[in-house]
Amino acid sequence: MKPRQKTTMVASACLILSLAASLFVLNRIDQLRPQATLDEVLFLSSPKVIQRASLGYDGLMACIYWTRAVQYFGYRHHNFAASYNLLAPLLEITTHLDPHLVVAYEFGSSFLAPKPPQGAGQPERALQLMQYGIQNNPDNWRLYYDLGFVYYMELRDYKQAAATFERGSHVPNAHPFLKILAAQMAQHAGEYETARMLWSATYQTTQDKQIKENAVEHLRALRVDEDVKHLQEAVTRFGERTGRLPASMAELVAAEGLAGTPADPDGHPYKLTPEGRVEVRVPEDFPFATRGLPPGFKPKFRGIL
Amino acid sequence: MRTRIAYIASNTFREAVRDRVLYNLIAFALLLSGAAILVGQISIEIEKLVVINLGLTAVSLFGVVIAIFIGIGLVSKEIEKRTLYTVLSRPVRRWEFIVGKFFGLAGTLVVNTFFMAIGVFAALFYVSHKFVRADALLLVALYFIILEFLIICSLALLFSSFSSPLLSAVFAFSLFVIGSFAEDLRNFAGMAHGVSRWLATGAAYLVPNFSAFNVITSIAHEQPVAGQLVLQNTLYALFYAAMALSGAVLIFEYRDLK
Repeated sequence: MKPRQKTTMVASACLILSLAASLFVLNRIDQLRPQATLDEVLFLSSPKVIQRASLGYDGLMACIYWTRAVQYFGYRHHNFAASYNLLAPLLEITTHLDPHLVVAYEFGSSFLAPKPPQGAGQPERALQLMQYGIQNNPDNWRLYYDLGFVYYMELRDYKQAAATFERGSHVPNAHPFLKILAAQMAQHAGEYETARMLWSATYQTTQDKQIKENAVEHLRALRVDEDVKHLQEAVTRFGERTGRLPASMAELVAAEGLAGTPADPDGHPYKLTPEGRVEVRVPEDFPFATRGLPPGFKPKFRGIL
Repeated sequence: MRTRIAYIASNTFREAVRDRVLYNLIAFALLLSGAAILVGQISIEIEKLVVINLGLTAVSLFGVVIAIFIGIGLVSKEIEKRTLYTVLSRPVRRWEFIVGKFFGLAGTLVVNTFFMAIGVFAALFYVSHKFVRADALLLVALYFIILEFLIICSLALLFSSFSSPLLSAVFAFSLFVIGSFAEDLRNFAGMAHGVSRWLATGAAYLVPNFSAFNVITSIAHEQPVAGQLVLQNTLYALFYAAMALSGAVLIFEYRDLK
């Protein structure tokens, strides 16, 4: 073997070995400092400073900050975090860098508004974000819809929700259902039918697969909530009539003259506990349900939203 | 005269395209355009936006780097290698040499931009599976980027005509950064009083205004660009490049090359 070939072989072997060794050591270091990531640090918090530093390429910076916001929310949501301190600043930076990035308002409000662990539990920041979005994109009817949604779902402010849907309905090319929603909100706010209508509208008007799945989950949960409410009322009526709780679901069905054993959207019959509570068989399948869940049950959200 | 300028320009172009650094930079810009596809996948609903923003930013920034690093060596390298004396000993005027160099470098950058743009369009086609009418707006952004390059080329040549390559690079890059803040500088001038107002206003109008050329963000949102802006930007770039080039010619004309 020539000396040059020998050197090449030795150097190549050294290179591969040192690379493997450095990766191994880095992995060990990461194990020693598992929380050493910088996800809770925002070095630059001023959108104006970041805009200046981007040398005019603010659209790219907005995409980077939006991706960072998605990753931040996704990571914390996946780990059932109770706080999302950086979410609102990240979204504000994103939308200041690119005020026309509509997706940041739409998803951002659904990240910010719901209570933890579904979201950051900051509906006021979600309102600010949406209002800034409408200010910069006054012709986008979806933003009015999303703002009305936050008023309705998170703040239960039906008057504001109705007014927002009404404002949105006047935007050129607005979807006709905004008008219907405004009227429905004014007359039947707080009813299951109104909530069902909102989620159905969301399902029909979005192209995004995750939002569609999220809307389906909420519609399923609404059906469970409504069924359980009615069945629970039937249990109360049975108790008032007989002075005892029904021994089984079959007895309740017979006493109420129902057509068959009531079942959840997956076809599993509802169960009646000895304490007289109506519950779903598989609570994990209905993470957004507010009724029919065993006491102390904590839902696990599968998707991002 | 025209033949001499064309000859110098074509030689400059040939020399520039032989530079391996150029290919590395183009490859890197193309890689970034490709990486835009991956970045889009870890975010929500911004695949196309990322491809346009990252792709065009890469074209713009790498083009600026290429313009500066080739432009700064155009004159000094010829002096260093002593090839300038051979050229000037023939019936070639000094200003023809500078103008020829400018066109050669501008041609190189146009060709580079063409190849980098192909990368951006390919990435765009990959994420969208089709081209829509609004995608043609990317051509306007690319045109503005080329206009930006013309200004930077002329500035690099201006600095190269009287200073060392390192200092020329520092000057040209600093002017690029300052030019990106030109509108802020103008706002500052508006707020100042007295002499500082005059100085700031003078500086604000003297530095190149690059912010008007950056329409990447609005084009990513499919917002049309006014025809007047295209016209005015074209005129501005041509006048500014002519101004810097005239400065380079003046300095080079009187430079002692002994």
